[in-house]
Amino acid sequence: MTVQDVMQVILFFALLIGLTPILGKYMGNVFTGEKHFMQPVFGWSERWAYRFTGVNPEEETNWKAYTFGLLMFNLVGFVFVFIIQLVQAYLPLNPAHLPNVTWHSAFNTSVSFVTNTNWQGYAGETTLSYFVQMLGLTVQNFVSAATGIAVLLAVIRGISRKTTDKLGNFWTDLTRSTLYVLLPLSILFAIILVGQGVVQNFKTCETVQTLQGAQQIIPMGPAASQIAIKQLGTNGGGFFNANSSHPFENPTPFSNFLEMLFILLIPAALTYTYGKMVGSTRQGWTIFSVMMILLITGLSISLYAEYSSNPIFGHLPLMEGKETRFGITNSVLWSTSTTAASNGSVNAMHDSLSPLAGMVAVINIMLGEVIFGGVGAGLYGMVIFIILTVFIAGLMVGRTPEYLGKKIEAFEVQMAIIAILAPSFVILIFTAWASVSSAGLSSLNNPGAHGFSEILYAYSSAAGNNGSAFAGLNANTLFYNLTLGFGMLIGRFGVIVPVLAIAGNMARKKVTPLSAGTFRTDNWLFMGLLIAVILIVGGLTFFPALSLGPIVEHLLMGSGITF
Amino acid sequence: MKTLVIALKIFLFFTVLTGIIYPLLVTGIAQVIFPAKANGSLIRKDNKIIGSELIGQQFDSTIYFTSRPSAVSYNPLPSGGSNYGLTNPKLINLVTEREQQFMAFNGLDSTTVIPSEMLFASASGLDPHISPQAALLQVERIAKARNFNNEQKLQVVHQITTLTEAPQYICLGEERINVLLLNLELDRLE
Repeated sequence: MTVQDVMQVILFFALLIGLTPILGKYMGNVFTGEKHFMQPVFGWSERWAYRFTGVNPEEETNWKAYTFGLLMFNLVGFVFVFIIQLVQAYLPLNPAHLPNVTWHSAFNTSVSFVTNTNWQGYAGETTLSYFVQMLGLTVQNFVSAATGIAVLLAVIRGISRKTTDKLGNFWTDLTRSTLYVLLPLSILFAIILVGQGVVQNFKTCETVQTLQGAQQIIPMGPAASQIAIKQLGTNGGGFFNANSSHPFENPTPFSNFLEMLFILLIPAALTYTYGKMVGSTRQGWTIFSVMMILLITGLSISLYAEYSSNPIFGHLPLMEGKETRFGITNSVLWSTSTTAASNGSVNAMHDSLSPLAGMVAVINIMLGEVIFGGVGAGLYGMVIFIILTVFIAGLMVGRTPEYLGKKIEAFEVQMAIIAILAPSFVILIFTAWASVSSAGLSSLNNPGAHGFSEILYAYSSAAGNNGSAFAGLNANTLFYNLTLGFGMLIGRFGVIVPVLAIAGNMARKKVTPLSAGTFRTDNWLFMGLLIAVILIVGGLTFFPALSLGPIVEHLLMGSGITF
Repeated sequence: MKTLVIALKIFLFFTVLTGIIYPLLVTGIAQVIFPAKANGSLIRKDNKIIGSELIGQQFDSTIYFTSRPSAVSYNPLPSGGSNYGLTNPKLINLVTEREQQFMAFNGLDSTTVIPSEMLFASASGLDPHISPQAALLQVERIAKARNFNNEQKLQVVHQITTLTEAPQYICLGEERINVLLLNLELDRLE
């Protein structure tokens, strides 16, 4: 690594830390209904939305109605995205005359975008029309992120309110996060991206004669508008197959820097919003620090792995699957950030990362996408781990565990365990199934332990709603489209429903006043405990699987053995 | 039932707002402020479009600088990398092959260190850049193929220096040179 590499990394984290309280404070104002500067700009559309839908923004519901509204809304989104893919050939905005999508690929893609995963079994530029990309995918990029924020808001209200069954109004939470947070940031970001060279038009492909006389077809489309929200909403689904390594998605080092920053920005800022809304910004910074420590640890391991020499390639910089303009440091900073946040866009091919860097990527996902994680989703996932940590700490000192004045009892712990086990179940069981079935094995691109890593990564990515891939795996088959599709559904709603149940139950409780015996959740001791719980749960669950994939590959590569 | 109706209506609202108005608004603004970039940074030569500044092209002729290896041979439909793991023998063989091929093609001796981007395929398969070092290694071969005298050869080296892009804003990204732009300049020398 050069001095300049280190400078980029420091600048990146400095900006992330600096922007966290600014955006976090603004979002706090938006979600608590206080005055903010975007109200005059988009307030009219919020009022219009309520009038059109007949929603009373003042009316709050209990957790069951909140959850039901959320599920219905997501169901409607799924059906719509599914159907428009099946009939895209008959719809407008299809200048390349792309045919209808197969039913299982359409199923997978619509689940993928509704669940904020953005796993892509298809290649964007040769599969989907502009109509589907805009009216189907771009819309889900916004609303799936807003759904994550809504769940988080319900959790915050569950913690901060007392003796009520009201958790808020799902429709207003959805509307406000989209109108005042996601949309304005996306418009600004999209235009900056076009300024760097990202395409934004409705033209058909351009067929050109290259300098050497060959024919090249240059793709076009409304890419910038989708890329802006794909990063901000931790979605990650590329407009083009090569995702953010494609020069039309990510043309310059500056666009790369901004896209990386915007992957982590909202999840990071939400920790501040959280602290503000539960009444102690210190609580928010504690969570932020835990996330940051885990992120930087992962980054250090990945950088070490990528810059080390090995017996196979010697000291040759490992540029396979990486772009010249980004180099190794930016590729690794991205791979760590995109998997820590459940974004899943890539600017380098994760399949070709060194085994340890690839392992960090998959561990980031396996830990439950809580290292910043998805918009909203990362933080409510972290609350699950906090509940578990407080519970374990309570067992150790023999006192009823509390978090922010709320007693943690059997129901909360049961729900927390379901939320942790649901994605783990998908990862391990489906990986095992694919590893022994011919339908699973026939899609591999690499032999040996690395092939196993491809399968393990795919199901982790689905269950964690990440969406990145060891992309050598040919996942556009009946087997993978269906198993990964169900994996994404379980990984999303198998967490959301228990989390909302916890929120509903906690809202009903009284607040226990602070006393000298209260176990503090905003100091170094708690941070240490929380990190330990996350790593131990993740380690115990996934270490055996990891040792069959990336760990054995790393050891063999170290002795110069290939497959 | 009431919930379903609200869900449908609010979904319609967001589809119109974020699926139609938002992309159209961004397209409108982009087409006014950055028309060339929004339309693909296309390059014209003799009034014909010959490619995009951002999309790399395949060069295998002796009179041009060669681009990086590409898993999709610079065909953008669809883009992508090789997705080979580092322990895959196919990748190891490819790297050895490319190394020998690059040395033979450019008449280099076996002690030359070849920049690694010329041995490994890019992520997009459309990487428009190589390192300036990789360009300098090719000057001798191009000068010979084009029958350049010493002065012209120096001009080529000078072109490489002028076209080399430093890291953006002092510290972002890597030093690089755009192969298509370099080859266009090369043609202008004749």
